[in-house]
Amino acid sequence: MGDLFTLPVLLGIIYSGIRFATPYLFAAIGETFSQRSGVLNLGVDGMMLMGAYSGFFVAVKTNNLWLGLLAAALTGGLMGLLMAVISVTFQATQGISGIGLHILGLGLSTLLFTTTMGGVGTIGGFPPVRIPLLGEIPYIGDIFFNHNILVYFAFLLVPVSNWILYKTTFGLQVRAVGQSPEAADTLGVSVKGIRYITVTLGGILAGIAGASISIALINVFQENITNGMGFIAVALVYFGAWRPTGVLFGSLLFSFVNALQQWVQLKGIPIPAGMAVMLPYILTIVVLAFSSRRISKPAALTKKFERGES
Amino acid sequence: MPMSDESRVKQLLDRSFDALLPLLAVPLAFLIGAVILMVMDVDPIAAYGVLITGAFGDVSGITQTLVRTTPLLLVGLGIVIAFRGGVLNIGGEGQLVMGAIATTVLVLSLPTWPGWILMILAMLAGAAAGAFWGFIPGLLRARLGVSENLSTIMMNAIAAQFANFLLAGPLMDPLQRELGSFLPESARIPRSVWLYRPIPQSSLHIGFFIALIFAILVYIFLWRTSIGYRIRAVGLNPAASRYAGINVPYYEALALTLGGMFAGLAGSFEVLGVHHKLLEYLSSGYGFSGIVVALFGKLHPLGAIPASILFGGLLVGGDKMQRVVQVPSALITTISGLVVLFVVSSVIFTERRARRRKIHG
Repeated sequence: MGDLFTLPVLLGIIYSGIRFATPYLFAAIGETFSQRSGVLNLGVDGMMLMGAYSGFFVAVKTNNLWLGLLAAALTGGLMGLLMAVISVTFQATQGISGIGLHILGLGLSTLLFTTTMGGVGTIGGFPPVRIPLLGEIPYIGDIFFNHNILVYFAFLLVPVSNWILYKTTFGLQVRAVGQSPEAADTLGVSVKGIRYITVTLGGILAGIAGASISIALINVFQENITNGMGFIAVALVYFGAWRPTGVLFGSLLFSFVNALQQWVQLKGIPIPAGMAVMLPYILTIVVLAFSSRRISKPAALTKKFERGES
Repeated sequence: MPMSDESRVKQLLDRSFDALLPLLAVPLAFLIGAVILMVMDVDPIAAYGVLITGAFGDVSGITQTLVRTTPLLLVGLGIVIAFRGGVLNIGGEGQLVMGAIATTVLVLSLPTWPGWILMILAMLAGAAAGAFWGFIPGLLRARLGVSENLSTIMMNAIAAQFANFLLAGPLMDPLQRELGSFLPESARIPRSVWLYRPIPQSSLHIGFFIALIFAILVYIFLWRTSIGYRIRAVGLNPAASRYAGINVPYYEALALTLGGMFAGLAGSFEVLGVHHKLLEYLSSGYGFSGIVVALFGKLHPLGAIPASILFGGLLVGGDKMQRVVQVPSALITTISGLVVLFVVSSVIFTERRARRRKIHG
């Protein structure tokens, strides 16, 4: 046990804890927008996989990471648009549509990867950028201000999305549509239009989340590389009570426990890591159990909307 | 008012169109698959030929298909029950894994017990473990209003981690450990508890026939018993059911528990009938494929039979296609995803036509 509490290990855990919160943040904040407007998209994992693949593929082929990121955002956006068509226009049951989208993304990303790349190894991902001045502070600078650009983007997304949701007209419309679509419709807000935007935005952010894994964090692609992170992201939205700051807290929690577990394994420290990894999932269930009745979710979540019905 | 022959024919045509609409999802998905194949520079007819003959072309193909059908049908039945009760069970994966764990642990810890008693106990343990894994989300939903969409996903993750933990430590085959291979697999279960294989030189085990019987039993349960009737009532109209005095949360939780039971049994059969040990990735996505099966079987226990045979065949044929014409079997996953999306999107058209019929008489 003594090994765990040395300074380099602790610093390492905090560093990776912050780093690996990135995909959760992108995906869960995207999903927050979607759910705030009343659409539960369970297909986040499939969208992330498509983003991870297309980001990796384009980055390898063009040798340009930014083009890869753009491709991931576009692919994710297309998947989001598909989800919007199915759940908003065709008004399909949202839970199953999301599962369908997940299966499609899982299959298609694997299929495309095997046929277009086979088994390309790794890629030189986004390099760490040390922020001037702040990055020079001993320890703090290493842990907080020496990350790749996507990590900064992910954390910046929290205040930005907070501002959009609570301080802009668009954010008000999103919340109105998710709370009471009939009332929003009466006031002239296009319920379907808003939902198309949020679900597509969720897709774009999920695509970037996937790319953050494949071209910024671990810099490889393989079958099902997300390993269910997209599903965790959906749960994080509930966990964070549909608020970006709550999502931030949940993302950090998951990512820190993962980081802890990896370091424990790496250092061969004899504590049952297998049990520790279960903790965040159990904790999520506990949080859901205590909060489900108390925190009100968007009233129209998972409810389809058609004018003149209800 | 008596109907004219013409309108009766029209109504019949309408009805059959409604019934056939979701079925169109499969050819449509295959058509898109064909386009993907052509982009990949593969002849779709040749590839699909291998797919179909691989799955259904000879005895070996058919028996392998039925082996894959078994967990799909059982998990699918569980999802049908949950669906009929108005809840979406995404937890099939975790429930299956827990069933497999319980079966393996029970069998390995009672090595001196006679085979057939142990086999039955192991199945019961698997079913019970799966049921328990479905009961927790059910209870959380009934008592605390936790969405089963999320809790079942969390339960999947917990089950997967639990299996990894067991396979990396307490359950790891001691023999392998001595040899220093550290393969994440349990010891083999004794031959005396293996499920009987009626056809020589094939891997088809009696679990398949048990699953078929269960499909019929689930049909009888849902449509011929009062508990089944209440489950369906709750799923169709929770508000009206509450008004009629039905304890809605209770039946929702029951539907999830029963669903978990079938998935747990599927896990038990995978251990007793197929792998004869617990290993990593035992479920290989049956939890999700079961949703595809349930949906494609029109959420009917008997519809789940052909649906599970079809998708079981796709899994087997997909593997053959990968070996023979080098088309990744992920194509099958892609097609399954498309089928789900088409089926759920088609519902609105059926509903609209029904509404129009109501208006126009």
